[in-house]
Amino acid sequence: MPEKTRKNEFWSGVRDEAPILLGVAPFGLLFGALAISAHLSSLAAQAMSSIIFAGSAQFIAAQLVGTGSSGLVILMVVFVVNLRHALYSASVAPHVKDLKTGWKLLLSYLLTDEAYAVTITHYNKEGDSENRHWYFLGAGLTLWSAWQVSTAVGIFIGARIPASWPLDFVLPLTFIALVVPALKDRAGVAAALVAGVIGLLAFGFPYKTGLLLAALIGIVTGLVIEGKPK
Amino acid sequence: MNIWLVILLAGLATFATRLSFILLLDRIKVPDWFRRGLRFVPVAVLSAIILPELTSPNGSLFLSWRNPQLLAGAVAILVAWKTKNVLLTIAVGMAALLIFQAVLGLC
Repeated sequence: MPEKTRKNEFWSGVRDEAPILLGVAPFGLLFGALAISAHLSSLAAQAMSSIIFAGSAQFIAAQLVGTGSSGLVILMVVFVVNLRHALYSASVAPHVKDLKTGWKLLLSYLLTDEAYAVTITHYNKEGDSENRHWYFLGAGLTLWSAWQVSTAVGIFIGARIPASWPLDFVLPLTFIALVVPALKDRAGVAAALVAGVIGLLAFGFPYKTGLLLAALIGIVTGLVIEGKPK
Repeated sequence: MNIWLVILLAGLATFATRLSFILLLDRIKVPDWFRRGLRFVPVAVLSAIILPELTSPNGSLFLSWRNPQLLAGAVAILVAWKTKNVLLTIAVGMAALLIFQAVLGLC
């Protein structure tokens, strides 16, 4: 396969990330509206989206601000909620190891659930090549822009999406579309099934710790089923 | 703590978490099983996000054929498995959800 140009990779990333925006934009609107109702200033609400740039953590932080929690509690919670990103970091690390530090910093900033999901799928499908990080950048920037714009709209206009529009369902659907074709062997299927079931059982755990636990047990299950390399 | 300081530190903590292994994996020695485990990260994390969204759409467990998200999710899994097409999976999954919601709303 001929090497894809930077431009090709970048726009592939933009294109693959685009459908997810349908599911992300309503969350951005909702976050903007929620932050204002928690008495954050418009500027602070927007700054949360551009500085923290992590949906679930921002929702919980805004709620905690609204209920008058201490800064230290908010920091701890944001840290715990985002711990799963360390897994994403480890997972993409081998693919970006030869990049300059500036690229590593930029791509780390853009490493959200949604950008990770499409980017790691692309790396696994197409293999590593010289311009692959432009795909990561395209996907990451697309999500970033949509998150900033939808937050701003939510802040200034409020969230006016009828609850009967189940747009949030686009997120699990996209993840299904990415995960199912990636299940190629027994170990992978076992990892997915165990992680899914534990995620379901531990759904009520606070601050996404259930998700983290489920992912870790799923990974260990995959390793055990796969056994020692010969 | 000033709200701006909280936002800044929360941003730094998030960034540091995302940067952690990207920066460190080359410089530290990690055991072999750690590297082999990385390939299970996407399927494990994403499955742990997906399943509760299907079985507990409103926050509490709803394992029933009357749960439209669960039915539409099953349809989407089938489409993804058969076609490996992302857009088609999303389109059929959304259509299935709307249809199941409408039908189940009637009975």
